[in-house]
Amino acid sequence: MKTQFSRRSALSRLGGAIAGLLTLSAARTVKAAVQKVFVASGAPKDYDPTRHQWLMCIDVNKCIGCGLCVEACKKENAVPEGPYFRTWIERYIITRSEPGSGRARGETFVDSPNGGMRGFPELPAAKDKIEHSFFVPKLCNLCEHSPCVQVCPVGATFDAPDGAVLVDPNYCIGCGFCIQACPYGCRFLSPVTKTAEKCTLCYHRITRGLKPACVEICPTQARIFGDLKNAGPDDPIRKFHENNRVQVLKPHLGTEPRVLYAGLDKEVR
Amino acid sequence: MMGQITNVVVEILPRFEGYVYPNEAVPHPLWGFLIVLYPYITGLVAGAFIMASLVRVFKVKALEPVYRLAMLTALSFLLCATLPLLFHLGHPERCYEIMMTPHFTSPMAMFGFVYAWYLMAVLLLELWFDYRQDLVRWAKVTPGFRGLIYRVFTVGVTDESPKALALDEKLGWILSIVGIPSAFLLHGYVGFIFGSIKANPWWGNVLMPIIFILSAIVSGIALCVFVYMVLTWIRRHTVDMRCLDTMAMFLFYALVVDASVEALDCIHRIYAAEEGFPVLQTMIREKLFYTLNLGQATVGTLLPLLLLGPLQLLRKRVSEPVRQRMIFGSAFMILIGVLAMRWNVVIGGQLFSKSLRGVMGYKLEFAGVEGWFMGLILLSLPFIILTVLVKLFLSERLLSGGRTPRDSAAAD
Repeated sequence: MKTQFSRRSALSRLGGAIAGLLTLSAARTVKAAVQKVFVASGAPKDYDPTRHQWLMCIDVNKCIGCGLCVEACKKENAVPEGPYFRTWIERYIITRSEPGSGRARGETFVDSPNGGMRGFPELPAAKDKIEHSFFVPKLCNLCEHSPCVQVCPVGATFDAPDGAVLVDPNYCIGCGFCIQACPYGCRFLSPVTKTAEKCTLCYHRITRGLKPACVEICPTQARIFGDLKNAGPDDPIRKFHENNRVQVLKPHLGTEPRVLYAGLDKEVR
Repeated sequence: MMGQITNVVVEILPRFEGYVYPNEAVPHPLWGFLIVLYPYITGLVAGAFIMASLVRVFKVKALEPVYRLAMLTALSFLLCATLPLLFHLGHPERCYEIMMTPHFTSPMAMFGFVYAWYLMAVLLLELWFDYRQDLVRWAKVTPGFRGLIYRVFTVGVTDESPKALALDEKLGWILSIVGIPSAFLLHGYVGFIFGSIKANPWWGNVLMPIIFILSAIVSGIALCVFVYMVLTWIRRHTVDMRCLDTMAMFLFYALVVDASVEALDCIHRIYAAEEGFPVLQTMIREKLFYTLNLGQATVGTLLPLLLLGPLQLLRKRVSEPVRQRMIFGSAFMILIGVLAMRWNVVIGGQLFSKSLRGVMGYKLEFAGVEGWFMGLILLSLPFIILTVLVKLFLSERLLSGGRTPRDSAAAD
């Protein structure tokens, strides 16, 4: 009996199937790219992300650790209860060195009970034992070279043209790779949606001309938020740059954060 | 007193010491036991395939009796390699997006393609070319459902002319050559998933893919030894000592290279003592003590080296039954040790805070998707598949009728 199928035809069919699969994937990639910008960001339809460049600056010297920003963020963005934070406050306590120890500083202690949402407990040691005590608000560092965007296997997390780093909840598969890749611990896997979540700079607010909730509520203006593309000479964001030398967190990782800090200490990581 | 305030998180969740970022204070690490199994299983696939290629590409005739067994082992483990990944996703129903809308800068995104390439283009095709003639013959002599299976697997190609058989051989050889870099790619990329994370000082390391590939080769050969010995005992065959000694030899040399590179990694970390070094030290001392020192270093490396090393020199002075037990024992210990190594990498990387100021704990639970019972099921699944494959494609009844690798080895 003569065979109906030759190896050649079997292989060419296999090749055709693979080629078809690859074309499909390219088409879907284009569609996803279009969807990402226009659908799942929470921005109004007429918002043009190319006309803005958002920036967050933090003056560590002004933060009093009241925790209102953390609470406001949780409420505004429906962040789940428990160890899930889009922003939080850390308290650093650096003690004086023992006399004659030959060390410039004592020990460093850090805490952030419940993200600092309900403030902080009393200082545990007598004031004269403590050399420095300060608060550091943390949030997504809006990296220019975001490791989280780089590693997302489906492209669900992306750099918006206006500087925000966003997650499309309809695309995220919940693998957790971005959470592992974020050096700053700014991401979490939501127990509710089972997708990765993070600070969006309150994208639904800033795209409508409002400030992020944490900036709005801060009583000491420790958080300064602005739009570099539309900032006049008297804009707080310009003033902040004029008046301060700024630092970023973990600069050695080359992520180029766009959240800038004034008044950091070397102990802050 | 200071201890009290730094451990505020500890009061809520008692498994943390020092300061961890609030988002890190979750009860379970993000990547649990399932993600330990994923590089373990993938490594076994790559290793078993590379061992099989020794026969095809490097013409190591002594290993011919285990060629098909190694290939079938690689296949049955490859079929299960994606399961742990799939189960741990937050949205498993969206997993196809990795293939449909891949993000090319992500090492994880390429897995779908490397996996599909490896399964379809390398393993299945090579097996098919190798088995084609047998399938045609078995399809003729086997009645019933089993015969139907063989007929389906011939895909209608029943050409048995010498020219066609020569082409089978040649294509199989080409696929095997393509397969070696593919196997390296398959597992090297798994190492790169961890090695590329610069945020994590335990993972971010250029040596990671190399260590993963080397330990994969070691574990794959060990698995072939294990499966071969178990199969011969079940079938009450005599063990082909030439084959077993050759496997032990490759196992020993692969283990030497693997242990050297891992030692290099360890020495470099200690010598460079970079930013995260103190917290890594704490983690190893408190959290990874048993799995690293006992599991990975002693059981997985030192003892097998001590057992296999002298065997290379004094092979003729050790009686066959003792040799069999020594080799089998070493292979088994290596399998345990490599699992411990995967544990140390995957879980270890999540036992300290990225603030480098604190460590977390991890308790492997019995129940749940990330529990050890689930892990046990996932680990036994490839063996169940392998049993079916061996019954179908290494059937003694059918193989005794014609050309088999065993015969050609005997004729050699």
